[in-house]
Amino acid sequence: MDIYREQIIDLHEHPLNFGELETADFCHEDDNPLCGDIIRIAINLDDSGRVYQVGWTGSGCAISQAAASLLTETIKGMSLTDIQTFPPERLLDLIGVPLSQARRKCALLPLKVLQAGVSGAVSTDE
Amino acid sequence: MLDVEKIRADFPILSVEAYPGVPLVYLDSAASSQKPEVVLAAMDAYYRQINANVHRGIHRLSEDATNAYEAARLKIARFINAPDESQIIYVRNATEGFNLVAYSWGRQNIQAGDEILLTEMEHHANLVPWQMLAEEKGAVVRYIPFLADGTLDLSRLDGLLTERTKLFSFTAVSNVFGTINPVRQLVDAGHAVGAVVMVDAAQAVPHTAVDVQAWDCDFMTFSGHKMCGPTGIGILYGKRRLLESMPPFMGGGDMIRRVTLEGSTWNDLPWKFEAGTPSIAEGIGLGTAVDYLAGIGMDNIHAHEQFITHYALEALSEIKGITLYGPPASQRAGVATFTIQGIHPHDISEVVDKDGIAIRAGHHCAMPLHLRLNVSATARASFYLHTTTQEIDKLVASLNRTRKLFRL
Repeated sequence: MDIYREQIIDLHEHPLNFGELETADFCHEDDNPLCGDIIRIAINLDDSGRVYQVGWTGSGCAISQAAASLLTETIKGMSLTDIQTFPPERLLDLIGVPLSQARRKCALLPLKVLQAGVSGAVSTDE
Repeated sequence: MLDVEKIRADFPILSVEAYPGVPLVYLDSAASSQKPEVVLAAMDAYYRQINANVHRGIHRLSEDATNAYEAARLKIARFINAPDESQIIYVRNATEGFNLVAYSWGRQNIQAGDEILLTEMEHHANLVPWQMLAEEKGAVVRYIPFLADGTLDLSRLDGLLTERTKLFSFTAVSNVFGTINPVRQLVDAGHAVGAVVMVDAAQAVPHTAVDVQAWDCDFMTFSGHKMCGPTGIGILYGKRRLLESMPPFMGGGDMIRRVTLEGSTWNDLPWKFEAGTPSIAEGIGLGTAVDYLAGIGMDNIHAHEQFITHYALEALSEIKGITLYGPPASQRAGVATFTIQGIHPHDISEVVDKDGIAIRAGHHCAMPLHLRLNVSATARASFYLHTTTQEIDKLVASLNRTRKLFRL
């Protein structure tokens, strides 16, 4: 069972939504010190409070990079509440390859960053 | 030269398959070594035949257990040429060795404004305990930088070692670069300014003949599990006058001479530092590991690792996009640390694992070193007495396959 299926390598070569946004409603960055993976996600919301623009930057292994591409693609159109309740299993399903415990942390780093960013944005609003 | 095939037969795990039909290629001995049958058998025999607490009972089992446990201490003392086995303190691992010295000697001797000198190539075990001590006491930690080739910048030594330096602690062998540091030269430089000198020998004792009296270090520590012994056992060596002057590290049974409700007096060395029921089977296992290594000969082991390291560095350097870290093979222990352009070390490790090859990926408990190299992680293959050139060839083939998978 190879975790490096075509899609993972494709996303490693051509990541989705990769790049900085010129302006962002909020952005957040965090790392996984164990492997040094670092991810920064920036988001713009439309008038109804739904994600219409998302960009991510960072560096890391193919799994965390693929997860960042898949996650940022999936959250377009979502509300902040949708993001806050986004289940980790859904991201693991999107990646679609069996991962060891250690590599799950790589896969879930983008979601951790995104949800921390949303929590920060929500608490600032309140 | 070693009869490597014969040696490989000593290690049961080397005939275990990593995955069905895929033999194990174990290139992670610097993280933890495999155990020969004799070590497993010695620990098994302890539990089956003489299991009892040590230094306590009057009965035969306790007597036999104590004798086996203390006989191991004597073997270990001889293995590193300690003047006396009472200077061999059983600890859990090298990390505990550093913490013991930091808590016991450090809290008694380090004051505000004092300096502790380390190097930028240290393992976290030889960084964090000193940083905690310095924080508590208001002392200052300084670091000797390393050069681009992974050797220490010794031109900085004179400026960094001053009469304010109370402790100088450094590794004999880098766990990332494999660099073999000039221990005696560094110890002498530390002593010249009156510093107490401690050596991290976790990557040295498993691979080369170590003589603590020739080093003249004040403290030295290493782990059993990196030298064919079990986990949960390590050694702190110290000069007698220092060990005698130090307060205990932990309180409890075995470390006392007499306990009253008003207070206690301490046991003699080494037991003053060994509170509670120790890792008895592990101590016996480590003694057996020492017998095993000494039987093969540390010089033979070192020569074999030199041969493998030369071979590996040359073979790995042929891989496109590879960066190898550290000095030439002649100046290093059996470690090859590298990155490959365009592939994260975790991905490298995961792909070669499917070929049965175990290597380490990450920061190898040396984050400051990686920060200085400006990389977040590296991959590391490390070698031991059972490593073969065929295993190196498999690694190289697997790394080339990894590049292809990543379309490089």
